[in-house]
Amino acid sequence: MRTKNAVGQYGEELAAKYLRSHGFAVLERNWRCELGEIDIVAREGDTLVICEVKTRRGLNYGTPLESITYKKLTTLRKLAGRWLQTHQLRPAAIRIDVIAVLFDQNTPPSVDHIRGAA
Amino acid sequence: MSLAHTWSVALVGLEGHLVEVEADISQGLPKTTLIGLPDASLSEARDRVRAAVVNSGERFPDRKVTIGLSPATLPKTGSHYDVAIALSLLTAAGVVEPGALKQTAIIGELGLDGRVREVRGALAMTLAAARASFERIVVPELNAGEARLVPGIEVYGVRSLRQVLALLRGTEIPDEAPPRAEPRLLSESLTRVPEVDLDDVIGQREGRRAIEAAAAGGHHLFLHGPPGSGKTMLAERLAGLMPDLSMDDSLEVSAVHSLAGLLTSDAELVVRPPFIAPHHTASLASLVGGGSGMPRPGAISCAHRGILFIDEAPEMHPLTLDTLRQPLESGYIEVHRAAAVAKFPARFMLVLAANPCPCGLSGTNQGTCNCTPQVLMRYRQRISGPIKDRLDIQRQILPAARNIAEGERPESTEVVAARVRAARDRQAYRYRNTGWILNSEVPGPVLRRDYPLDSASQKLLEDLYSSGRLTARGLDRVVRVAWTLADLEGIDQPTVDLTHQAFQLRSGEPLTDLSDARPLKGSMP
Repeated sequence: MRTKNAVGQYGEELAAKYLRSHGFAVLERNWRCELGEIDIVAREGDTLVICEVKTRRGLNYGTPLESITYKKLTTLRKLAGRWLQTHQLRPAAIRIDVIAVLFDQNTPPSVDHIRGAA
Repeated sequence: MSLAHTWSVALVGLEGHLVEVEADISQGLPKTTLIGLPDASLSEARDRVRAAVVNSGERFPDRKVTIGLSPATLPKTGSHYDVAIALSLLTAAGVVEPGALKQTAIIGELGLDGRVREVRGALAMTLAAARASFERIVVPELNAGEARLVPGIEVYGVRSLRQVLALLRGTEIPDEAPPRAEPRLLSESLTRVPEVDLDDVIGQREGRRAIEAAAAGGHHLFLHGPPGSGKTMLAERLAGLMPDLSMDDSLEVSAVHSLAGLLTSDAELVVRPPFIAPHHTASLASLVGGGSGMPRPGAISCAHRGILFIDEAPEMHPLTLDTLRQPLESGYIEVHRAAAVAKFPARFMLVLAANPCPCGLSGTNQGTCNCTPQVLMRYRQRISGPIKDRLDIQRQILPAARNIAEGERPESTEVVAARVRAARDRQAYRYRNTGWILNSEVPGPVLRRDYPLDSASQKLLEDLYSSGRLTARGLDRVVRVAWTLADLEGIDQPTVDLTHQAFQLRSGEPLTDLSDARPLKGSMP
């Protein structure tokens, strides 16, 4: 369990770095409520970006992106609403992104960013 | 992200339509959608293609993939789009150079390991691609034989997706295990052209005359007689009397057989007239063609330009037999199904065989027939009037023991086939500017107007007509057979004796001209 958490955390760290280097402002990380957790909340221009980070250590169980199910996306949408409600913000646009981080043996970790996943 | 397209072929009946296979890879979570009215076997292409691409050592795009088959309104069926889909997708993903597949049609089913499996109808698809002036076609190796029969298009037979990719990249083509042909139990029993010779048939002068005339003019034939008298024997030898198919016919017949899955993988063109003998329990759909969704050709289309032999015809369901009426007239069959209307060629020679009655003894000296008149009548009525009317030649076949007269050796297939060929040449020459080839195809009015009989023959037919022994339609048919007999004799017009014999052949009366010994020619004036 510990290893798994550590991998996940490291992945999220990489994802946050990636976003910052691409002109996103990271507003909040690991925001939780009873519905679940938002990995990263960021802002790109006047668009609020709810970002799910998925990290995997290999392709034996499919690609990280494949593991994002419809159910997960529905949860993310609900979480986005809850976050806005809590923070009383009215951004011009809201988007849900998915970032896949893959640690494959012998190669540097790869970051795959999908804008507007749902 | 990226867009690409390749070409494949959809078949509606024998007619091929070019289908554009587009692939779009766009931002979004991994998901593959296939649009353009696919049926169940085509929808599964998504999973087949995915596995095949991955197992060929390529990456399947980790994005939203949309595959579109257009024209979108044409319902598409079958698994032969797999390779086109895979290549379209890989082009969109940048694995294959865009433009590498210009002017190239692609057909083939993919196995999960990336093997390219054989498909049905490759010949018709290749024809369609060639007609649409494509320069190349990629086909499964097992179908390459039939595809190469089509002139004017370069054929690439491949064993696997890896081989196609190597071909496109110009790298060394990997060697793959040769594909295993699927067992073709059906084809052997269905298209079997019996290797039998006419010199096995002893006696049976009337029967021999009947099949010779039928083969020469393409006349439908009805053979009846007690069990074991040699009906089947004669019918099987009929195929051997017919000349090889012309190039155009051969392509058409091969295309139908390819679609029906009857062509073997070392396929060469079907050059001999097919001999199709469905059992009398054959269903309606198996005979005329059909199937759910996309129609497939039936036995009558497989018998196109050949022989459809139905043994024990009265045992067949009368409704099934009656479906033959329309194709007998028009030479094609239209099969209507929810998804499409398919038109298949079906210009066949119908040969029916029957026992004289249910017990098989009526009219013979082998025993007493104990069928009641009512049973007899019902049995004979099972072949309907309209079908009987289309049978130009009717012959009773009696057991050989009864009419073996002389010990001379019977004529062989080779000898008779030569006469048939000569007779067909005469017909082809006579009808050279009309589009017809055989006497049996020429419409009655044209026959009466352009090819009138001599006055004696006309008088004979008028007498027969006015005495009620011949119907108006029957009259035309007798004239056709008379022309065939004249062509067999090598004379320019039927004589009154030949016309009379043509009438006898049709009405089933004994042939008077055959009372003296063989050469028939000698007995003619």
